[in-house]
Amino acid sequence: MKMSNVFLIMFAAIFAENFVFSKLFGVNPFLRGSDKPSGAIVTGLTITFAMTLSSAATYAVYYLFLAPLGLEYFKTVAFVAVIAAISMLVLLILSKFAPTVYSSLGTNKHLVTVNCAVLGAALINIQEQNSFWKSVQLGLFSGLGFAVAILVFAGIRAKMTFSDPPKAFKGFPILLIAAGLVAMAFSGLSGMRFS
Amino acid sequence: MKNSISKQFKEGIITNNPTLVQFLGLCPALAVTTSVINAVGMGAAVTVVLIFSNLVISLSRQFVPEKIQIPFYLVIIAGFVTAAELFIKAFFPALSASLGLFVPLIAVNCMILGRAEAFASKNKPTPSVIDGIVMGIGFTLALVLVAFVRELLGTGTLFAAADGTGGIRVFGDSYSLATIFLLPSGAFLTLGFIAAAFQKISVAAEKKAKAEVTAEEITAEEEGEDENE
Repeated sequence: MKMSNVFLIMFAAIFAENFVFSKLFGVNPFLRGSDKPSGAIVTGLTITFAMTLSSAATYAVYYLFLAPLGLEYFKTVAFVAVIAAISMLVLLILSKFAPTVYSSLGTNKHLVTVNCAVLGAALINIQEQNSFWKSVQLGLFSGLGFAVAILVFAGIRAKMTFSDPPKAFKGFPILLIAAGLVAMAFSGLSGMRFS
Repeated sequence: MKNSISKQFKEGIITNNPTLVQFLGLCPALAVTTSVINAVGMGAAVTVVLIFSNLVISLSRQFVPEKIQIPFYLVIIAGFVTAAELFIKAFFPALSASLGLFVPLIAVNCMILGRAEAFASKNKPTPSVIDGIVMGIGFTLALVLVAFVRELLGTGTLFAAADGTGGIRVFGDSYSLATIFLLPSGAFLTLGFIAAAFQKISVAAEKKAKAEVTAEEITAEEEGEDENE
């Protein structure tokens, strides 16, 4: 695998085809993210870890069990079970070794590791018939793309706590508008190709 | 009983709308709402999955240990999603093609998981099924509202079929299309403005209701109906 190929996948996954802003995967954990950069980094890295691990695991489950047995249509159930197991594992590790991080993930802890972005990466890998390494890379870099998105948005959130939007926009609506504007900025990168 | 059903309906569609008030399950609400037909298809699929998953989870609420609740719910939901996916693929191939990955992604829709945790795991089967129907309708209506704005402004037509043909041309040929409404950024902006309008209306309605209640004096009906364990 050439270095330049890795770079291409990385750039596409983080900027040009960012999961949140161009595919609209993982919008829920994104909008419920922290307004502190440190919290955003923790959430982002947790998701990156879960996505990388689940991309590898779902690849193995699909090509070692489902495909030989002709059970391809069963992949949604199998992948969700794998992702739920990984989610429990990740949360268990966090609660044992980094309890402060664990409690900073908030009330919807499983939302951080079981979401559209994680399952979406697994399904895209199967749909595009990616090789094992490409699957892992897509999981890793898409996760990093998510982390970048949530970090950028944490900065905007921090600014927004000082702003005074109209009453009707307070809370989620103004967050959605802000996300729309950030998505507009990211869509400027979507045409970029290196070849 | 009848009273509580109508209360559930009001809650699911207006005061506690899963998309516009609770902001759950936003991925499909943003991603597939480029046309009204897509929104209706996605809404129907989610509603059916929600009804069945609520039923099964409510029936099994006494047998499942708390520790494995969430994985158990996820697998149940994923099973029904697979059934819905195969059904759509067989009978509505064009819809299946345009919804794409977002049909299997219903399995991780946090609105369905949220209802399982918050309602079906604590209530009897009948109210849980009603809750599924009501929340499904609330979700579908919200999606259709967003899709209505996006399709109208983005393509100038309405109710075009899932493969992009047909539909009613609302604006004449001179209308220059606002393509941004078909892009992700347009999705965020449209949902943001609709949610703001909804918030404005519901705050006004709440104020009015509160004024009426204080006039009649507050009775003890405010607490203690929702959760019967």
